[in-house]
Amino acid sequence: MSVENKKSPPSYYVPAQSPWPILGAIALFFVALGSGLSIMQLNKSDVSGIFLLVLGLAILFIMLFSWFKDVITESSNGLYSKQMDISFKQAMLWFIFSEVMFFFVFFGALFYARNFSVPWLGGASNNVMTQQILWPDFQSFWPLLKTPAGETTQAMGWQGLPLINTLILITSSVSLHFAEKAMQQDNRPRLKGFMAITLLLGICFLFLQANEYIHAYHELGLTLQSGIYGNTFYLLTGFHGLHVTLGLILLFIALLRILKGHFNGQHHFALKAGSWYWHFVDIVWICLFFIVYVV
Amino acid sequence: MNDSKQQQNESIEHYQASGIKRWLYTTNHKDIGTLYLGFSLLMLFIGGGMAMVIRAELFQPGLQLVEPNFFNQMTTVHGLIMVFGAVMPAFVGLANWMIPLMIGAPDMALPRMNNWSFWILPFAFSILIGSLFMDGGGPNFGWTFYAPLSTTYSNDNTALFVFSIHIMGISSIMGAINIIVTIFNLRAPGMTLMKMPLFVWTWLITAFLLIAVMPVLAGTVTMVLTDKYFGTSFFNAMGGGDPVMFQHIFWFFGHPEVYIMILPAFGIISTIIPTFSRKKLFGYHSMVYATVSIAFLSFIVWAHHMFTTGMPLAAELFFMYSTMLISVPTGVKIFNWIATMWRGSLSFEVPMLFAIAFIVLFTIGGFSGLMLAITPADFQYHDTYFVVAHFHYVLVTGALFSIIAGVYFWLPKWTGHMFNIRLAKIHFWLSLISVNVLFFPMHFVGLAGMPRRIADYALQFADFNMIISLGGFAFGLSQLLFVYCVVQCFRGGEKVPAKVWDGAEGLEWQVASPAPYHTFATPPEVK
Repeated sequence: MSVENKKSPPSYYVPAQSPWPILGAIALFFVALGSGLSIMQLNKSDVSGIFLLVLGLAILFIMLFSWFKDVITESSNGLYSKQMDISFKQAMLWFIFSEVMFFFVFFGALFYARNFSVPWLGGASNNVMTQQILWPDFQSFWPLLKTPAGETTQAMGWQGLPLINTLILITSSVSLHFAEKAMQQDNRPRLKGFMAITLLLGICFLFLQANEYIHAYHELGLTLQSGIYGNTFYLLTGFHGLHVTLGLILLFIALLRILKGHFNGQHHFALKAGSWYWHFVDIVWICLFFIVYVV
Repeated sequence: MNDSKQQQNESIEHYQASGIKRWLYTTNHKDIGTLYLGFSLLMLFIGGGMAMVIRAELFQPGLQLVEPNFFNQMTTVHGLIMVFGAVMPAFVGLANWMIPLMIGAPDMALPRMNNWSFWILPFAFSILIGSLFMDGGGPNFGWTFYAPLSTTYSNDNTALFVFSIHIMGISSIMGAINIIVTIFNLRAPGMTLMKMPLFVWTWLITAFLLIAVMPVLAGTVTMVLTDKYFGTSFFNAMGGGDPVMFQHIFWFFGHPEVYIMILPAFGIISTIIPTFSRKKLFGYHSMVYATVSIAFLSFIVWAHHMFTTGMPLAAELFFMYSTMLISVPTGVKIFNWIATMWRGSLSFEVPMLFAIAFIVLFTIGGFSGLMLAITPADFQYHDTYFVVAHFHYVLVTGALFSIIAGVYFWLPKWTGHMFNIRLAKIHFWLSLISVNVLFFPMHFVGLAGMPRRIADYALQFADFNMIISLGGFAFGLSQLLFVYCVVQCFRGGEKVPAKVWDGAEGLEWQVASPAPYHTFATPPEVK
């Protein structure tokens, strides 16, 4: 990059031109178009949507790989000042804040359904006539196991897998914290060990969660079609699962970089960002566990 | 300051690719600002073209030009394009251009991500506009995509609408994160928060609002998607959901969104009014606090869009009073602008004309908003042309006029040339007159009961609608003059000094005109 040839690099590093962002925009174009088309083609034989989606994801992967490669090179060449580091950290925190707001919507929908829409359908407040006219047999309770339309399902208990999963995630947050401490002391063997433990726990969580879904779908009859209880359950836990996956990818990349000898006690933003993200995902799960499963 | 030394510095730094690559690969905040502004101008004309179709159909009662279903697609996509494609990117473009100059930063905090946030937009809008040409047509459920219109009754292409909104949201969130980090982390030494120009302050708050509510929009469209394609019932009472819940969630995004489109406008006006009054802004601190209060209140007023949905009485009252409360900080701002002009040595350059028009006409939009906030009265106004008049006064004569004012104000700084003042003044007067012919009679037909989003209407509204349409065509055509002025200014004209306007203050007037490709590689010292 041309800036590297300058005699005195500017105090705040401004990268020269980069082809990766526009490639990222093209990737997102294919991802969006492909997702839209493949959902529209759900029960049809046309697979052009899925093709576009896979193409988009492939481009996105190549783009992110190349972009981060550039960033890592620049960082190891010492182009990043302290101020740059602060930019990265702040940006990551605001990104996590946006994720908090994303989960907030689905928790909000759950709150509204439990406190308003389901009781109102059961005739609460001034809605006696609503119930009489629409579904006089409908009874309001939570979890909503029989919808006004008559779909029935069973509730998901909190004992068993969900509780185990909660303990797994809390343990993984603790082990990640120890990994970070080890990083600050540049204790590499300890760092690698704790990172590996964290990753394994994360994978266990996803595995158990998948088992839980199979159990819910086949034995409890809890599906996406079984009313607002199943809807909020699947969207909240599903998006949480996706975020766990993303967190795992971030931590996995951090581990690969640790194995290659990157980072030192002062500079390990990628690890720090991954760990913030992981703790955030953990906190979301704890809220989920209490609000969706227990209460 | 020492312009020559600055210049010398810049010439060393001046690497600038040429041709198309410059624009595709750029990491320069000025290039990206220009891209945003150019894109939003294009979108203004596409969305405006749709408005012309709407007004042509409504020129006379009866159906003449388009099918009702196509008419609905026009109103929907017109709204989406103007909100997400014209107004928001224009403000982001101004932020990109001006914030680093105003706070003495070398560029935006994350220049590559800046490029990414821009280039997502053309792709997102090509998906949205492309769906209009597909079998089944584009979205036809209004820009607010209320369930069940967008779920049970929408056409098969709704998934494309959902995903185009998703990537627009990604773009907005990345853009907002970039702006907020730039402001927090890249200010020149000595520029404390309370010394920042108001445009920077208003954008700081706007960026916060964007990060807070764009994910809410993403969640809303996701639920629409699963309701439509995967059999969930978030917005369907048969499964225990509620279509009214859609409105709650949507407007929890939608109301802060309104302030996303007006707070930067307040910032622009607060920059222009003191410049041409040759006085410091009256009540800088109260302006900052008013902006923060408006942002806070914007989160607790959403249900004033839903007074007729049968909410509990306590909710109707709460949302009525909290909405009325917003007029207090907004009133503070109007008062401060007028107090700034009071006994100033005023001169009426083109940006100032637009700024004064903004104050007057935005206040009209604010007052009709206050009328709409009164719950019992809203039962009559709800979903009539009165609402259309209200939000076009705040969005066209509010947001759009402030953008035009900002462009005329900073255009000489960007290009190094003065625009054709005579022509720009003609543009102003034509716009001012036609925009009022266009939107003012909408109040009358609305109060008389004409519903919004209809392709045909009762005969008693015919005369006013013809006047409205004529105003609409005139306003649309007048904007061609704006494009001509801007293009002409880019191509040449009278050279301007670094400090283009003699009353102007701030770091952006200390760099040369046109602003060098790279500015403030070493941050300036702010006293």
